[in-house]
Amino acid sequence: MTLDLPLIWAGIIAVAVLLYVLLDGFDLGIGILFPFAGSRERRDVMMDSIAPVWDGNETWLVLGGGGLFAAFPGAYAVVAPALYLPLIVMLLGLILRGVAFEFRLRGRKRGKAFWTAAFAGGSLIAALAQGCVLGGFIQGIKVKDGAFAGGTFDWLTPYSLTAGAGLAAGYALLGAGWLIWRTEDELHALARRWAIIAGVATVLLLAAVSVATLFVDPRAAAGWGFDGQGFDMARLAPRMGVPALGALGMGLVAFGLARRSHHLPFVGAILLFLSGYLGLAVSFFPFVAPYSLTIWQAASADNALALMLGGVAILLPVILGYTVWVYWLFRGKVGADAGYH
Amino acid sequence: MDADALILSRLQFAFTIAFHIIFPSFTIGLASFLAVLEALWLATRNAAFQALYMFWLKVFAISFGMGVVTGVVMSYELGTNWSAFSRVASPVIGPLLAFEVLTAFFLEASFLGVMLFGWRKVGPGLHFIATAMVAVGTLISAFWIISANSWMQYPVSFERAPDGSLRAVDWMAVIFSPSFPARFVHMVLAAYLTTSLVVGAASAWRLLRRADEAESRIALRMAIGMFAIAAPLQLLVGDHSGRDVLRHQPAKLAAIEAFWETGSGQAFHVVAWPDRRIAGNRWEVSIPKIGSLITAGSVEARIKGLRDFPPADRPPVFLVFWAFRVMVGLGVAMIGLGLWGAWLVWRGRLEATRPYLMACVAMGPAGFVAVIAGWVVAEVGRQPYVIYGVMRTSEGVSPVAAGAVSASLIAFLVVYALIFSVGVLYILRLLAEGPAAGAREAPPERRAPGSALAAAPDDPDPEAAP
Repeated sequence: MTLDLPLIWAGIIAVAVLLYVLLDGFDLGIGILFPFAGSRERRDVMMDSIAPVWDGNETWLVLGGGGLFAAFPGAYAVVAPALYLPLIVMLLGLILRGVAFEFRLRGRKRGKAFWTAAFAGGSLIAALAQGCVLGGFIQGIKVKDGAFAGGTFDWLTPYSLTAGAGLAAGYALLGAGWLIWRTEDELHALARRWAIIAGVATVLLLAAVSVATLFVDPRAAAGWGFDGQGFDMARLAPRMGVPALGALGMGLVAFGLARRSHHLPFVGAILLFLSGYLGLAVSFFPFVAPYSLTIWQAASADNALALMLGGVAILLPVILGYTVWVYWLFRGKVGADAGYH
Repeated sequence: MDADALILSRLQFAFTIAFHIIFPSFTIGLASFLAVLEALWLATRNAAFQALYMFWLKVFAISFGMGVVTGVVMSYELGTNWSAFSRVASPVIGPLLAFEVLTAFFLEASFLGVMLFGWRKVGPGLHFIATAMVAVGTLISAFWIISANSWMQYPVSFERAPDGSLRAVDWMAVIFSPSFPARFVHMVLAAYLTTSLVVGAASAWRLLRRADEAESRIALRMAIGMFAIAAPLQLLVGDHSGRDVLRHQPAKLAAIEAFWETGSGQAFHVVAWPDRRIAGNRWEVSIPKIGSLITAGSVEARIKGLRDFPPADRPPVFLVFWAFRVMVGLGVAMIGLGLWGAWLVWRGRLEATRPYLMACVAMGPAGFVAVIAGWVVAEVGRQPYVIYGVMRTSEGVSPVAAGAVSASLIAFLVVYALIFSVGVLYILRLLAEGPAAGAREAPPERRAPGSALAAAPDDPDPEAAP
């Protein structure tokens, strides 16, 4: 039996990107919610709740990018130049918000105010840019002879901007869910209000992006059995689990908020993200550079994929093990005394 | 391909990677230093080690964060700006970089959280393990990145696929390519020297003000120990690395020494003004025959000069020649600082010798300058190739517009200038406060339940203070 290495690697990278979106999603969301916290003490608690884990969360993005480079160089080599500007903007946003964790702590009056703004602005910019990357990716990349052949602003469309806004709203929802789970008192109550607003915005924008995806490219629509006029029910039916999962997530968020649950809104937000993520996968699979390179065309050499698969089989369980341990170590409600040095 | 996009992409890559290397070359050494401090504290229970640990931990947190965010850039820039290179080289070096993420980045990032915030969550033993994991992670990271870079400097055990991309033949030969061992040791020693120079400068600065500060006295002695051992060792390792360059990258060696004519008994140019346009040195101060002796171990050794390479295959000589001299000059100064310091420690006159303390302060940034100069020699010296002898840098660039690259280059310049100046300011502020000030904030050892102090509050949270 021979393994379908490109397919396995597509799965590994899909999981890495999903973990990135969920994990860095809630901590970027906290940055997006930062301006609405109203007091320095609340912002300190918000930041303390993610300070021990943000670096590990962001490492999944390096695995996503590095993994694409290593496993699908054909796709990496067309996707990255095609999405040049939003990727660079994302990196700059991540730089500003990443250094803010330490700089905000070290800054005096003006410095602290500046790095508070940089954390919020950098997080929002990174989220919007990631959404534009996503939208630009789904709407397709112009490729000729295995290289990107489009223009600098091909990615910039109403579709990608909507995706950007939707991802930022979704991250804010994840962030609010995290805060409901991990904080108490005033901030906890505030996070419930944020979850309602972000939840409504996420659902509306996700619905808009979902419908627009059916019209953005016929091949994306074909993934759902849609030909421009009507649906092929035989193809659509098995895929209805995806929107159903989204409805379940949405319901859990609403139910959790109504029942004053501490963890259900976060769980619901995760399910909502999972449904959006799977929905996108249905739209562009098996392309890894829509809609010109499939995972098999873009894959690296078999001996490279096999070597890395051996490494992943051993290392990924270890990584997940100590990641879970670190989260478990910092479990529980975060109070005002969680600061450090 | 757009010629402007190429030069702009080269500038951007040179800038972002030179900026990035500043932080790893400091944090690789600092992580090991912290692990040693914590081990010494656990073994001796001397509070000075704990104060030093808490002090340098804060500096580490700032520097490491800057290293992380500027490092993420590198993992995407290969695609945004060097997509043609990525497509060709990834099947060989892709797994090396993937292993760096899997074996090092996650380890460092996860245990960093425990290191910084876990004081009250884990016991001292587990906390030490977290510090050690971060230290090991930084070294593993250096291993993979130097492995990938060494293969690009001297590619072995590969073949070309029909689509033009490369394939590895024997992975062990790729990972441990011929120039890798010496270059890895060279980089780790460089990182240890860089860190010890900063620790030495900060400690000397404090001792110039308060000659009796116990923590700074200990730290300065530890730094001197590192100069005295690592700096001479670095000279030997560097010389070994130079022999590898002579064997594998003759054009780079000729540029380093500004040799233009092929011949035996090459003169050693102490200083010179090499100029590619005239294919010679405008002027030079030389010692006859010594050039062959230094580079090949014999005055009779025949060494190839740059004129025997086609003009299109010659690296920029001026930059490489001078970067090499800056690196070696600083290295020799480090050896001097180590010997002088060791002598003063032996005579018991360290704190009293103010010129020495001032020299230590002045040498504080020397490691960073030497590291960047060394990388300039390595990377500019291998031009015009990105994979030596296999792929030219000009063939590796992405099909992106020059306008987009100028915009991103300017944005990187602005943002990096901002975070660099602020980061340096905050670190210098911390260093000026000194380790004794930090000791007041350090969490005390866990008190035994039922002891007199068990009910007393823990250390006050500095953030809670107005």
